[in-house]
Amino acid sequence: MEDELIHELCPGYALDALGPEDERAFEDHLATCPRCREELAAFADAAAALGRAAPPHEPPPELRGRILGAARAERVNVVPFRQRRLVPALAAIAAVAACTAIGLGVWAATLQGQGGTRSAALQAIPLRGASGTLLRARDGSATLVVSGLRRAPGGKTYEAWVITSGRAAPAGLFSGSAPTVVLRLRRHVPRGAVVGVTVERAGGARRPTGSPIFTSAVA
Amino acid sequence: MRDLAHLSDEAVVALVARSEEAALAELYDRHGGAAYSLARRVLRDESLAEDAVQDAFLAVWRGASRFVPERAGAATWIMTLVHRRAVDLVRREQRRRTEALDDAAAQGAERSAEEAAWVRLERERVQAALRRLPDQQRETLELAYYGGFTQQELADRLGRPLGTIKSQMFAALGNLRAILGPPATEESWKTS
Repeated sequence: MEDELIHELCPGYALDALGPEDERAFEDHLATCPRCREELAAFADAAAALGRAAPPHEPPPELRGRILGAARAERVNVVPFRQRRLVPALAAIAAVAACTAIGLGVWAATLQGQGGTRSAALQAIPLRGASGTLLRARDGSATLVVSGLRRAPGGKTYEAWVITSGRAAPAGLFSGSAPTVVLRLRRHVPRGAVVGVTVERAGGARRPTGSPIFTSAVA
Repeated sequence: MRDLAHLSDEAVVALVARSEEAALAELYDRHGGAAYSLARRVLRDESLAEDAVQDAFLAVWRGASRFVPERAGAATWIMTLVHRRAVDLVRREQRRRTEALDDAAAQGAERSAEEAAWVRLERERVQAALRRLPDQQRETLELAYYGGFTQQELADRLGRPLGTIKSQMFAALGNLRAILGPPATEESWKTS
């Protein structure tokens, strides 16, 4: 693309309004063009100003605590729960978990093998209705590992829920296309909670619309 | 606990980079309301908006050490993260709405008594700047930024050539920048 043409994509990029191809082309260009980087900083300020013009809404008070809790969970479990490093370890474990319930020993040993600084005390809870495990750290952060699911039908998705005192809160979506799904739940799983998975319309639902296809109860 | 109120946003981000939770809390207290309002505007859904804000602040938590204050202010960075996440979600949900900004405001935004005066002034200043743009430029800008439409989708929807949409967007954001002038920031406080 001509330099002037690609330069013209800058505001679209700042507004998150480029299609995937233009976006990639502009990002490649950005890496080599100091002028566009400078321009983008200014356009990004103008875009953020638009953000501040949105009609005011008060966030629910519990959101603050949820964000801080999630941040804390990441710090405490920097190694085990940082997805990028965790996934290969979990995928390896999941292969075992698909056949047998995994023991904490295996899990901790694998974490050490991944360069873990500490072995988080993890509960491994088998799933009912599917082969896999819910791994839950002491602070309640949890990862769902499940194997052998069919891919969700067209227009549908799997959705995980954390169910406490009869209330189900959405905890993440997945398509089930991978042989082993590793899903870090977006919500903490308190003691006594049940984690369930339902099939929902693509994009997910705010409340489960069907009965769970599998569950895992946290003691 | 250390009092962070006198620090600039950028100084607070530097503390977030050292995994200081209180610093993340401070950033949220300063920008969480604006972040949530933006996410609500784009997503039109409380729980999706909460997800977008949570994802954005966790991205701040993880990415603070890579933040380069010379390139953009922390407030811009946070709003950029929230917007990107909200647009991803709205495209996935296909929930895009196209009401004008004023209609959305009329639908009963919960105006908070605690909202800082300068937050309200900044919003009114940007809204006034938007009203000064030519109609087509304002429309392109609002549909793209609040509606989550890509340039190609806008071309199809508005029946204008893609090249026209690109030029209008360039002109619109450029004009908005010119009308607004340098971004309004609170007084900076430098560590050391």
